[in-house]
Amino acid sequence: MKPASIAPPAGVIEGYRYVAPAVECDGATVRMDAQGVYFQQLNDAVREEIASGAKLIRLSNVNGQRYIGTGLRVSGVKIEVEGTAGNDLAMFSDGIEIEVFGNGQDGVGNTMSSGRIVVHGDAGDVLGYGMRGGSVYIRGDVGYRVGIHMKAFEKLVPVLVCGGKARDFFGEYMAGGMLVLLGINARDDSQPIAGGFLGAGMHGGVIYVRGSVEPWQCGAEVAIATVGEEHMAELRPVIEDYAKAMGMDAEDILSQPFTRIAPMSHRPYAKLYASM
Amino acid sequence: MPYDLNRYDGFAPANFREESPFKIHGGCGLMGICDESGALMSGEVPILAMAVQRDRGNGLGGGFAGYGIYPAFPDHFCFHMMYHDLRAKEEAEAILDRHFLIEVAEPMPTRPVKGITGAPLLWRYFMTPHTHMLEERDVSAEDYVVGVVMLVNSRVDGAFVASSGKNMGAFKGVGYPEEIGHYFRLEEYEGHTWVGHNRFPTNTPGWWGGAHPFTLLDWSIVHNGEISSYGINSRYLEQFGYTCSLGTDTEVAAYLFDLLLRRHKLPVELACKALAAPLWDEIDRMPADAAALMRSLRAVYGPGMLNGPFAIVLGFNGGMVALNDRIKLRPLVAARSGAVIMVASEESAIRTVLPAPDEVWTPKAGEPVIARVAGMEPPFHSQLHASPAEISCAMTAVEAACHAEEVVA
Repeated sequence: MKPASIAPPAGVIEGYRYVAPAVECDGATVRMDAQGVYFQQLNDAVREEIASGAKLIRLSNVNGQRYIGTGLRVSGVKIEVEGTAGNDLAMFSDGIEIEVFGNGQDGVGNTMSSGRIVVHGDAGDVLGYGMRGGSVYIRGDVGYRVGIHMKAFEKLVPVLVCGGKARDFFGEYMAGGMLVLLGINARDDSQPIAGGFLGAGMHGGVIYVRGSVEPWQCGAEVAIATVGEEHMAELRPVIEDYAKAMGMDAEDILSQPFTRIAPMSHRPYAKLYASM
Repeated sequence: MPYDLNRYDGFAPANFREESPFKIHGGCGLMGICDESGALMSGEVPILAMAVQRDRGNGLGGGFAGYGIYPAFPDHFCFHMMYHDLRAKEEAEAILDRHFLIEVAEPMPTRPVKGITGAPLLWRYFMTPHTHMLEERDVSAEDYVVGVVMLVNSRVDGAFVASSGKNMGAFKGVGYPEEIGHYFRLEEYEGHTWVGHNRFPTNTPGWWGGAHPFTLLDWSIVHNGEISSYGINSRYLEQFGYTCSLGTDTEVAAYLFDLLLRRHKLPVELACKALAAPLWDEIDRMPADAAALMRSLRAVYGPGMLNGPFAIVLGFNGGMVALNDRIKLRPLVAARSGAVIMVASEESAIRTVLPAPDEVWTPKAGEPVIARVAGMEPPFHSQLHASPAEISCAMTAVEAACHAEEVVA
């Protein structure tokens, strides 16, 4: 034990302060210092600036603030995040563009409808959960349960590209859209590109993996196939866009063969409860 | 009024009286930090890491455990006690006095904090077991202490042991962790290893004794998740003399680590595999000897396996172990910054304490992150070397059985 401190601490240590962030406007560009600002005050300020016509909002010193960009239905507006974005980044978002210079935590792009999220770092678990449109690009590794329950409808086709490696349940219960796993910007070379239960219960959409996966890694409902020219036609523009966003070389990424994982049936459980 | 005798409201073992009057359902947050060089950190470090994760809890439980915090009494067992009333204190102190030479008995230093109410009487004791009683019983000091902890927790109504190790202590209660840390004046302590917890009680009451960490001897456990196998785990532990009496599922994890690491002497990696066992099809893909080992482990420790979602941090004197359930149903992030290893539910908690870590990663499900203070002998075996036969020996905890095995072999 130290002797009793000379000056006792002023009060309870706070993780965040419940105050509005310092805001600096320059035309349609707005800078906000998120240092120690609670997520509610930060997100309120972002919404206010968008309502007043801001087109680019730069958030500095972000560390764990939740729900950045959540529920925003706007187009032509971009949020730049410097730091570690908190849970549920861009959840339910519809049209916003977000670029994160740092890592994402869990639940990035949760149930988003449209827009574009670029993370120049890693992202955590349940990335792109239930995505129904838009694109999410991650530079590095991603966690467990990435792209689960993704779905598509007519022109709304979500695209999720992960530059590093993924863990178990990649694309589990996937119903639509495109998941791409590159395995390039990975932290650990000794790990397989994906974990187990890849595409388990999948009944729609497609997963492209750069390189190959073992049959044991995949769910019972999917087939592993090589990639034909017609598949490259849909994959190439996605890779080119991803490479541009990340400052990588698309041809380099495309220089290795991809594996295509797709459901064998779009109704795998049709006969489970009633014969058709 | 801490000494109000009227607080005594009779014997009602099923009634957790320091329980919060309301219940909200959700998740939890946790952290662990260890300076492997043995350098000491102020208790403000774990408070800050938990304060950033405030929204993971709901104010119904917060707590910390620190190691190396009592350098003046490094070899005494330090009991942190919670008493509902003076009657419980007298009864528990009679038990402690009968079993230990009490060097120091004092109220826990606390300060009033807005939001912290209904605290039990909080006392701490620095003690050594009576040598003659150890000799008479032919037990180790550790087993003796475990016996006393179980006795107090299960027999004295309204008295609970918050911690019982050497040179460590648990500080916990009903409130947000940063409030609890402030209440217990954690900035006055320095430790090489800290664990912290923010509670969001789901299946069990939010009450002072039910806040995390759960401890036994030097072990402390903070846990996010729920242990669905609590029933079978607690029955299994009863066979080894442990009594689960605190009303929170996490209690079994603390006792299971004590059983596996201290009494059965399993290497820590194997103990983690016993608690977060690999799936059977994963075992089928392992090399033959590893598969045989895992099958033995699952067969022997089936009732000890922790089922359900969890992220846990086990603190001990000399480091910590962080572990996820085998299919990663709760968040856990790890980082290293120089000699400091840190884990937390969210990366933001790590970056608040370690702004520029050398590396940040998410541990693989079921694979422990282990931090050890240099120069401190870890209280467990540390290499994966046990054979299936050795595991069976460990389970019976009878050395003769192991010797017999060798003779047979």
